[in-house]
Amino acid sequence: MIKEFRLPDLGEGLTESEIVAWKVAVGDTVTLNQIIAEVETAKAVVELPSPFAGVVAALHEQPGTVVEVGKPIVSFEIEGDDGAAGSAGADGAAAGKREPNLVGYGAVLEASGRPARRARTFAAPAAPPAVAAEPVASVRAAEPAAPVRAAGPAETQPVETTPATTAGDMSPGERPRSTPPVRKLAKDLGVDLEAVTGTGERGLITRDDVLNFVGGGELPAAAQEPAGATAQAAWLVQAPGERETRTPIKGVRKFTAAAMVASAFTAPHVTEFLTVDVTPTMELLARLKASRAFAGYKLTPLTLVSKAVLIALRNHPTLNARWDEANQEIVQFNYVNLGIAAATPRGLTVPNIKDADRMSLMDLSSALTELTDTARAGKTSPEALSGGTISITNIGVFGIDAGTPILNPGEAAILALGAVRKMPWEYKDEVALRQVMTLSLSFDHRLVDGEQGSRFLQDLGAMLADPGMVLAMV
Amino acid sequence: MFTDDAGKGGIAAGGPGNSENSMRRTGGDLVQLITPAGERISHPEFDPWLQDVSDEQLCALYEDMVVIRRIDAEATALQRQGELALWPPLLGQEASQIGSARALREDDFVFPSYRDNGVAYCRGVKPEDLVRAWRGNASAGWDPFTVNVATQQIIIGAQSLHATGYAMGIQNDGADCVAVAYFGDGATSEGDVNEAMVFAASFQAPVVFICQNNHWAISEPVRLQSHIQLADRASGFGIPSMRVDGNDVLAVMAATRIALDRARRGGGPTFIEAVTYRMGPHTTADDPTRYRDANELEDWAAKDPISRMKSLLERKGLLTADLEAAVAAQADAVAKELRAGTINMPEPQPLDIFKHVYSTPNSWLDRQQEHYSRYLASFGDPAEAASEEGAR
Repeated sequence: MIKEFRLPDLGEGLTESEIVAWKVAVGDTVTLNQIIAEVETAKAVVELPSPFAGVVAALHEQPGTVVEVGKPIVSFEIEGDDGAAGSAGADGAAAGKREPNLVGYGAVLEASGRPARRARTFAAPAAPPAVAAEPVASVRAAEPAAPVRAAGPAETQPVETTPATTAGDMSPGERPRSTPPVRKLAKDLGVDLEAVTGTGERGLITRDDVLNFVGGGELPAAAQEPAGATAQAAWLVQAPGERETRTPIKGVRKFTAAAMVASAFTAPHVTEFLTVDVTPTMELLARLKASRAFAGYKLTPLTLVSKAVLIALRNHPTLNARWDEANQEIVQFNYVNLGIAAATPRGLTVPNIKDADRMSLMDLSSALTELTDTARAGKTSPEALSGGTISITNIGVFGIDAGTPILNPGEAAILALGAVRKMPWEYKDEVALRQVMTLSLSFDHRLVDGEQGSRFLQDLGAMLADPGMVLAMV
Repeated sequence: MFTDDAGKGGIAAGGPGNSENSMRRTGGDLVQLITPAGERISHPEFDPWLQDVSDEQLCALYEDMVVIRRIDAEATALQRQGELALWPPLLGQEASQIGSARALREDDFVFPSYRDNGVAYCRGVKPEDLVRAWRGNASAGWDPFTVNVATQQIIIGAQSLHATGYAMGIQNDGADCVAVAYFGDGATSEGDVNEAMVFAASFQAPVVFICQNNHWAISEPVRLQSHIQLADRASGFGIPSMRVDGNDVLAVMAATRIALDRARRGGGPTFIEAVTYRMGPHTTADDPTRYRDANELEDWAAKDPISRMKSLLERKGLLTADLEAAVAAQADAVAKELRAGTINMPEPQPLDIFKHVYSTPNSWLDRQQEHYSRYLASFGDPAEAASEEGAR
């Protein structure tokens, strides 16, 4: 017989999870509790153990799909009718009566045969149409029509449910329904929740609603299929060479987006550029690499620029600060936790080197190497990701000259390093081929005036153009 | 991390003579009787308390630990399969729970936290009763007075007050049994635990505080919570304390026996810090990789309580194929019982909610119950309506 496994609520009160990967294929024989899939919830990536011993008959969802709790994700062919394996929650037939709720499958949705009984008396607490419409509908369709009393009301009740629910929720004077993190986000973004239309359960304002409101986008509408598409044959939509690919916004991408939006909409950014002849720095780099003292250290232009930034900050501490909106204070850090933007398998992260200002060049070089290796391996610890005070992003490694970087939230400045290029450049009153780099510095104009930002950038440029200038600065 | 030294490096660093240099390290030495490699270290103060532990009992302790690890794994799987709403894994803390629980007398009374399922198992709680509340089918899984184990406390540390109160009751009765409170490192930062220790010390109540320092209060490391060792917090209350390797079943058992004996003789409370490690998540809804270093887990995996016991049995020539087969069979049987008991558990009925509120009749509640019955009856056949409500 065939048994279905429906996606359970894997952490208190989740409504959906993403299938990250299947560990089994159709036709595989699995044992009880064998890991069959990896699933990512809003809380964690977890492994799903098989509730049955049997043969995988079908995988209902593709990796990368976000699945609603309660939907079947895999079916098994089970030998006989093994009582031990026949769990109520996982059994396809029994599960038809069950609806995921805050505590997994503890409760059965409806008693069979009387689908509308609850609507008559429980209008508001009944499963909200927006979320549960589909599973409820399918359950009802699958059930035999109500044979006994209440059959009459049963036909009309679902219609009445919606207005009743709305009326119950929208009691006058109640503030818009949302959750604390969403209210915080709205406050950070300066969004008035009264103006936002909630798309969540019973009008709940979700994070996406707020972000869409800020972006002015109509994501929910855009995410729906264009009306014309429904008329087309299914094969046409799935034909190779699709003209657009839609990827759900989630995971690190979603967090990065929220952080960038929060930063861009709270800190007024100013970006300044300075193009520098860094030939002397590159020569210094070559000498250091050849020196015995630095044998075994990985030295790059980033190492020396990082060091120069740390030195320049001593004379320009305003760039190493934070705007504390809540306390109406400017926090001046007397240490530097140097953030380095890193492209990792999970997306952009900005781990930082703690107390980088106290490090020798050797220590800094080791710390940079370790930081990038760890980030690339995707093993950066949460601790390394918090507490940064200023950041550097090395866009030069992609061959890019300049950009307008967005501040890492909570920091006052971010420096982008351009690529080091050989270019014709003025040198001793003549044109020569020199190694040239553009520095792009964004800073938070609430904290840092143009003068301070400019002087910092100027000092930085002076050091890179002539490393001997350090003697004049420390 | 100053409390990370449990078992590190075996005899040299982790033995009775362990002396890690740390400014914050003020307490007594960590007591370890079995090294991670399975060597038995002699200890003049603790050994006398283990003289009666026979080879058979060593094997039984091993079996207990294997079985509760299996219960824990099965319950975790059941949660992932939608059969339980939540489960707090105890993985890594088997020795702390078994060593202490197996030292108790039947008339001692245990006040456990939500993670002490191994303790409850030792006291005779049936496997499916361990998960009854986690499935959402009951407010509590068992009758506390049939097994002398209170229902698992979810509120951090609150059970320590109950234990102290119970212990004061024992004093009034003139009995020689003991109340035992189980809690974690995070609980020692709670007011309830501190109040319980004040009262326990003031009244010299026969209570044992067993603190399983598993290093993490959800995502907060113990080093943030305390700048001294947790065992040293007890001295501030005038309560004697011991600090033992919580992954060493014998060290935990000996320490518990010492504490119980003191309590029975009227010597008052004792605080035991069992230094162990929560190898899994806080609960099945938690992802520890977001806040802790993978290396830390590796370090502690090397100090695993079960593999340590296995090595000891091997050294003593007790780890026979028969023993291993018997232990595996027992674990399988218990896991099967747990699974069957869970998935076939009857759904609670709507009127059940009134059952365990008051021990004696209460007119208010009776009125509410009557209203609710009538409400249910408005759907027609009351029994049918009730069963439907229950099924909901």
